[in-house]
Amino acid sequence: MIAKGCRLNKRVKQSAKLTLQTIVNLLPIIIGMLLLTSLAVTILPRAISAGLFGGHAFFDVLLGALIGSVAVGQPLASYILGGELLDGGVSLLAVTALIVSWVTVGVVQLPAEALLLGRRFAIVRNLTCVVFAIGVSYFTVYTLRLIG
Amino acid sequence: MRHIRGRKEKSGKSGWLFLASVLLLYGLAALIDSDLTLNAAGYFLQIVGSVVPVLVLVFILIFLFNLFFDAARIERHLGRKSGLKGWLFAVAAGVLSTGPVYAWYAVLAEFKRRGMRPSLVAVFLYSRAVKIPLLPLMVHYFGVDYTLVLSLYLIGFSIISGLLMGLIEGGASRPGS
Repeated sequence: MIAKGCRLNKRVKQSAKLTLQTIVNLLPIIIGMLLLTSLAVTILPRAISAGLFGGHAFFDVLLGALIGSVAVGQPLASYILGGELLDGGVSLLAVTALIVSWVTVGVVQLPAEALLLGRRFAIVRNLTCVVFAIGVSYFTVYTLRLIG
Repeated sequence: MRHIRGRKEKSGKSGWLFLASVLLLYGLAALIDSDLTLNAAGYFLQIVGSVVPVLVLVFILIFLFNLFFDAARIERHLGRKSGLKGWLFAVAAGVLSTGPVYAWYAVLAEFKRRGMRPSLVAVFLYSRAVKIPLLPLMVHYFGVDYTLVLSLYLIGFSIISGLLMGLIEGGASRPGS
């Protein structure tokens, strides 16, 4: 019983030490990412309100995917922005690409993802997610057209 | 162990370098547009307050993972031999996970270090795109059909993303194998 208690105590101490190490390693990354996010959130609305959409259909989809990729903030904001863009005449394909890449791609979070999960993993994952955002938008819109 | 310690030290230094680079970027931004930079700094202070409780939760989770999840257990549920169960678990965990994604990077990094497959990390990260609490809002803006179709494609593409990442990162195994 005493031996079991000692083992648990040792494990708790070991876990606390490991967690503290993780916190120390993680703090500068999180602070840096929050600073970067704040800068992006401040700059992005200016870029989006510049009336960028309205060109070729595929160019709009690509633009939607790229804006979503660099966008930061709650997914809720992407729905609201998407709804507004849709009302403003932007195609559902472009809006879907924006919404999907908003939640699957994180250019701003890329440095943090690379540091914690590996550079190659982060870059490849984010690049494929941009392509997937375009794919998902086409699949979704064409499926909706098929089912009426 | 030496390898892990070395990697941690490297990641610690990289973290501080990253923070220094961001601060440098702020300095440059201040030179170009000081109002915008001040706004960004104000926004930073605002979000720090909302992020702290989430971070506390994440650190508690990391502590508990360190305490209860050893490499063998993670390898069993999310490792190379986890099979279909691992894939389903990764999708479900991604869909149900809440909070900012960067908070999850730390948890996933710990899991990956202890044997979680890169493909399942990718599945988890992609399936986070399906936000159950926000589905009513999506229905409000885009309709039920759109929400259902998009959610199904997102789950499908999370599996494709996992397969692809598994192939690229190595050690891939198909769901069910």
